[in-house]
Amino acid sequence: MPSQDSMEPTFSLPIGLPLSSSHSVPLPFPMSHGTTTLAFIFQGGVLAAADTRSSCSGLVACPAAQKILPIHSHLVGTTSGTSADCALWKRILARELRLYQLRHGRRLSTGGAAKLLSHMLQPFKGTELCVAATLCGWDGGEMDDNQMTDVENSASLNLEKAKTQCLSTAVGGQQCFGRERSGPSLYYVCSDGTRLKGTLFSVGSGSPYAYSVLDQGVQWGLTVQEAVSIAREAVFRATYRDAYSGNCVDLYHITSKGWTRRNREDLKEEYYREKERQSGDSQRIMVKDFKGKAFRRMGGEFTAHSLALCRKVQSKSLQLGVKGVDCQSTSRY
Amino acid sequence: MEYLIGIQGPDFVLVAADNVAASSIIQMKHDYDKMFKLSEKILLLCVGEAGDTVQFAEYIQKNVQLYKMRNGYELSPAAAANFTRKNLADYLRSRTPYHVNLLLAGYDEADGPGLYYMDYLSALAKAPFAAHGYGAFLTLSILDRYYRPDLTRDEAVDLLKKCIEELNRRFILNLPSFNVRLIDREGIHDLEKLTLGAK
Repeated sequence: MPSQDSMEPTFSLPIGLPLSSSHSVPLPFPMSHGTTTLAFIFQGGVLAAADTRSSCSGLVACPAAQKILPIHSHLVGTTSGTSADCALWKRILARELRLYQLRHGRRLSTGGAAKLLSHMLQPFKGTELCVAATLCGWDGGEMDDNQMTDVENSASLNLEKAKTQCLSTAVGGQQCFGRERSGPSLYYVCSDGTRLKGTLFSVGSGSPYAYSVLDQGVQWGLTVQEAVSIAREAVFRATYRDAYSGNCVDLYHITSKGWTRRNREDLKEEYYREKERQSGDSQRIMVKDFKGKAFRRMGGEFTAHSLALCRKVQSKSLQLGVKGVDCQSTSRY
Repeated sequence: MEYLIGIQGPDFVLVAADNVAASSIIQMKHDYDKMFKLSEKILLLCVGEAGDTVQFAEYIQKNVQLYKMRNGYELSPAAAANFTRKNLADYLRSRTPYHVNLLLAGYDEADGPGLYYMDYLSALAKAPFAAHGYGAFLTLSILDRYYRPDLTRDEAVDLLKKCIEELNRRFILNLPSFNVRLIDREGIHDLEKLTLGAK
């Protein structure tokens, strides 16, 4: 299967770049990976979110698929590509990681898991196998008490110490051999061989839409609440625009204590709230303060709350004798 | 989409690579390092098809380190370049060819600095300056015009900046930042990242 050959020393541009006027305009990027998944690291750990629509060339095969699969207590993987391939390889990865844990007495790091998955997928490069996953995990620190005796504990701690001391000579690339950092960790692994370490990834046909929302608001200092809301918003916006993403949103939060799952939410509700916000009653609420400035509280799920708040402000300012406070609700158009 | 450049001076080699890891139209990473350290004084810069780059570069990296462990001394840059070329050539007519374009830069005690250009058809050429990627079409003539064999380190960095400015002016793709490294008798030095891109 020929891949996009962008390095050929010819003067024709590769297929994929929508620039040449002589050919019919091709799709800007291949419409595969019909999904939206995203994951990012912040101060509260790692957050992974995905939609739940499983599509099969224009048909919604399953509206309630699970695209975030837990691999072990501290590692979760988002899946994109062929559902069957992803499910299978996640299970294989889970098996290999469990074997590693039993043999070595400690969990393999997320980077190690990413490398393992990448090398397992490498022989299938060029075939129809399609797996694009982000591995979100919390490394190091916690040992499983049931698995280890004191002897093993000290042995593995020595191993850890030795690892931190023997820094490999290789500094190129993104690897940092022999240094086990504990904390949140995020890797993107693709069946074409890409393996990237990062702090924010979105994968799938809806990913450009998600990226634009995430790039606006994701930063290290988010609270868990804010992170959850931006992740939900990103998936919602992507499902709104992308035909191959939709239905519900799944959210997983990974901390040092493991992963926790938020209840699956139907985005249909969010869509209706959005519609209500745009047309119908109580959308834009304007409160003019005594200086005549207007600030608007946009609705959405806070519509009712905004209206109540503005009425409160209005009544309070009337009490204080401030004139000219006006509370109106207007429609957008 | 990706860009590599190398400039050899009388006693150093200056190399730079862009920092973008892209997947179709999306920049997945803005701080991706495309340079692989083969030994204390050899760097391998690798671009090309998604999985092949890291896979091949790491393979070469490990083998060069293995040679050092087995024999007690390091491969010279010329030897490493020829070893890399041989591997690329062997895989070329197999079922799994590696589609990678490489620059190998190193400093040898005996031979001095060396810059080797290799492409995916396993052609190898030792060159005073070289570049890979679409950006090469735009910058090779600048190098042709201003390169001198007796460049100082500062002049080489200025020449590099000229090339990157030209890319920002004429190349349609956005390459915001570049990793820059210099290899000389003392080893590999990280220079300041060049971010002359439009932000």
